[in-house]
Amino acid sequence: MREMTFTPSRIFIYLIVTLIAAAYLVPLLVVALNSLRTAEEIAQTSMIGWPRHWAWGNYVVAWGDFCIAQTCAGLRPYMLNSALVTIPATIVSTMLGSIAGYAVSLWRFRGDRWIYGVVALGIFLPQQMRLLPWTVVLRDLGLTNTLTGLVMIHSIQGLSFTTMFCRNYYLAIPQELIRAARIDGAGFYRIFWRIVLPLSPPILIVTVIWQFTHIWNEFLYGVTFTTGQQQPVTAALIALSASVADIPQHGVQSAAVLIAALPTLLVYLFGGKYFVRGLTAGAVK
Amino acid sequence: MSALTIRDVHKRFGSVEVLKGINLEMGSGDFTVLVGPSGCGKSTLLNIIAGLERQSSGSIVIGGRAVDEVAPKDRDIAMVFQSYALYPSMTVRQNITFGMECRNVPRAKRDEAVARVARLLQIDALLDRKPSQLSGGQRQRVAMGRALVRDPLLFLFDEPLSNLDAQLRVEMRMEIKQLHQRLGSTIVYVTHDQIEAMTLATRIAVMRQGVVQQFADPETVYNRPANLFVARFMGAPPMNTLAARLEATSGGAAAVVGEGEAAIRFPVPAGAAGWIGRKVVLGIRPECIAEPTRHFGDAPDAAVTITAEVEMIEPTGAETIVVLRLGEDRALGRVSPDLRYRSGDTARFAIDTRKISLFDPVTGDRIA
Repeated sequence: MREMTFTPSRIFIYLIVTLIAAAYLVPLLVVALNSLRTAEEIAQTSMIGWPRHWAWGNYVVAWGDFCIAQTCAGLRPYMLNSALVTIPATIVSTMLGSIAGYAVSLWRFRGDRWIYGVVALGIFLPQQMRLLPWTVVLRDLGLTNTLTGLVMIHSIQGLSFTTMFCRNYYLAIPQELIRAARIDGAGFYRIFWRIVLPLSPPILIVTVIWQFTHIWNEFLYGVTFTTGQQQPVTAALIALSASVADIPQHGVQSAAVLIAALPTLLVYLFGGKYFVRGLTAGAVK
Repeated sequence: MSALTIRDVHKRFGSVEVLKGINLEMGSGDFTVLVGPSGCGKSTLLNIIAGLERQSSGSIVIGGRAVDEVAPKDRDIAMVFQSYALYPSMTVRQNITFGMECRNVPRAKRDEAVARVARLLQIDALLDRKPSQLSGGQRQRVAMGRALVRDPLLFLFDEPLSNLDAQLRVEMRMEIKQLHQRLGSTIVYVTHDQIEAMTLATRIAVMRQGVVQQFADPETVYNRPANLFVARFMGAPPMNTLAARLEATSGGAAAVVGEGEAAIRFPVPAGAAGWIGRKVVLGIRPECIAEPTRHFGDAPDAAVTITAEVEMIEPTGAETIVVLRLGEDRALGRVSPDLRYRSGDTARFAIDTRKISLFDPVTGDRIA
C-alpha cells in the first residue's frame, strides 16, 4: 500500500472534488428533505430546511391521490404507463441491437460498414429533428397518443445505441470462432444463439441499463405524442406542477419527483457495477 | 482418386493479387504441408479450400466434386484453427458434438463418436470442462477432436501448433504424425515453420508471394531445391549459397569459389555443362561441410577436402557450427562437438559433393 500524505496540492484536490460533489448532491438533498415536509411548513419557513415532522403522507398522496390534469389518481397510472413503454422497448431494442451488432461485426457482407455507418448516425441526430417524421408515421399507423406508438419509437430510436454497443463488444470475438461454426454447419441464427449470445451478458446488461434509463427519463416524445391518461410519468410530472397554481404543494411534488426517479435509481444501484465493468470490458486484454 | 485438386486459383484483394495461379494435386492419404513466410498466401489458400473465402478465379475439387458453389459445411472438410476456436461457453463434449448437433445426428450416435475420439486423443477426463479450464496442449487436443469426430474427406490445419511452447509443440507434432499414420487421413497443413513441414509432410508446397515455388516430397525439397528461395527457406541453418564460376575439368566440371591461390574447387553434378565459363551460385547444406575424417554415405569418392579460414564457432552441444570464409562469402559447416577451432584458424574440411546444387545467379532457378 502506498502511504497517504496530505500535501497542500492533495488537500486542494479533495476540496475541489468535495465542492463539485456538493453542487451535484445538494439539489437532490433539498428535494429529498422537502418530500418529507408539509406544504404549510415549507410556506412558513423556506424551501431549505430540516423537516419538523416526518410527513410520510406526501408519498401516499403523490402515489395515489394527487390530482393531475383533472384525474385524481396520483402518479400510479403514469408510472404504469412508463413501465409499459420502457420494459418492452428496452427488451426489443436490446435484442434487435444485439442481432444487428452481431451481423455488422462478425458477418462480413457487401456494404456492412455503410449500413453500420447509417445506423450509428442516429446517435448524433438531434431528437427535435425527428419529431416531425415520427408525427407523420404515428398518424399514418394510427398510433398517435398510444403507448404502443411510444414503444415503437423507442425501440427503433434505441437501435443506434444498442447496435453500436453490441457491435463494439462483438468485435473482440475472434473471427475464427465464426469460421469454425460455419464449417461445423451452423447458420446465422444458430451461431448467434449458441455462440455469440452466451458471450453477451456483460454488454447486454450495459445495454439494458442504458436503454431503461434513457427511455424512462425521456420527456420530449412523451409530451409531444401523448396527452392525458396516456402520458408517461416524466410528462405527467410537468402536468402536476402546472395543476398546483393555487397553493404550491412542494412537499407532494418533491415526493412525486423521487417516486418517478426511483426505478432508474434502483436499476443503477443494482446494475451500476456491471455498467462500469461492461463499458471497459475488452479494453484491456 | 485425387482427394483435392486446386486448379489455377487466383485471389485478388482489390488491386493486390495474393494468389497468382495455384495448381496443386493431392492424393488420398497425403499429408501436404503448405509452407512459406508470412504473407505468402498459404492461409488464404487454405481458407479458399475450406470455402471461408472465395477465389477470384480458378476451381477447387474435393474428392472428385467441384465445390466452388458449395458452402463450407457441405464440403466434407474439418478444420483446426491457429487459435483453436473452441466455443467458450460450451463444454469440451459440446464443442466436439456441435457439428453433429447442427446436422441433427441422433444423441446416441453423438455419444458414441465422442467416446471414440476422446479415447483416441486421451481427453476422456476433460469432456465436462469448459475451454477456459484447459491448458494450451489440452485445447489443442480438443480442437483436433472436434475435427476428427467428423471423419471428413479432408482435414485442414491452419498453423495449429504456433500457439504452443517449444516443448509441447514437438510433442504435438509427433502426435499429429502418429494420428496421420494410424488413420490414413488426407491432410492439408499450413505452417511457416519449415521443421514442421519437413517432419510431418509427405508432400511439401513451398509458397512465396502467391506462387508455389516447389511442390515435392520433403527429401526432394531439401536436397534438390527448385530455386534459391527454397534453398534458403528450408533448413536451419539454411543452405549456404556462394558466388562461383563454372570451369571445365578432366572429369566434367567444377565450381570455383574465390580467386587465384585461395580458390576452392567443388566438383559439381552432371547437367551443368552448358554453364561452363559462366557465373553460378553454388548451394551446399551446412551438414555437407564437416571435419576431414567424416564419411558421407557409402560412396568412397563423395568427399573432397578443402582448406578454409574459420571466422567464428558456435558450439550448440550436439554439434559445433563453424563459420568459414569461402571466397567472398561466408558458409556454415556442422562439425563434431569435440572439435574446438579458434577464430582465425585455417583448417581442413570434408565436403559432401553429392548434394551440391547450382543455381542461375540471375533468375535463382536450379541448374543442377
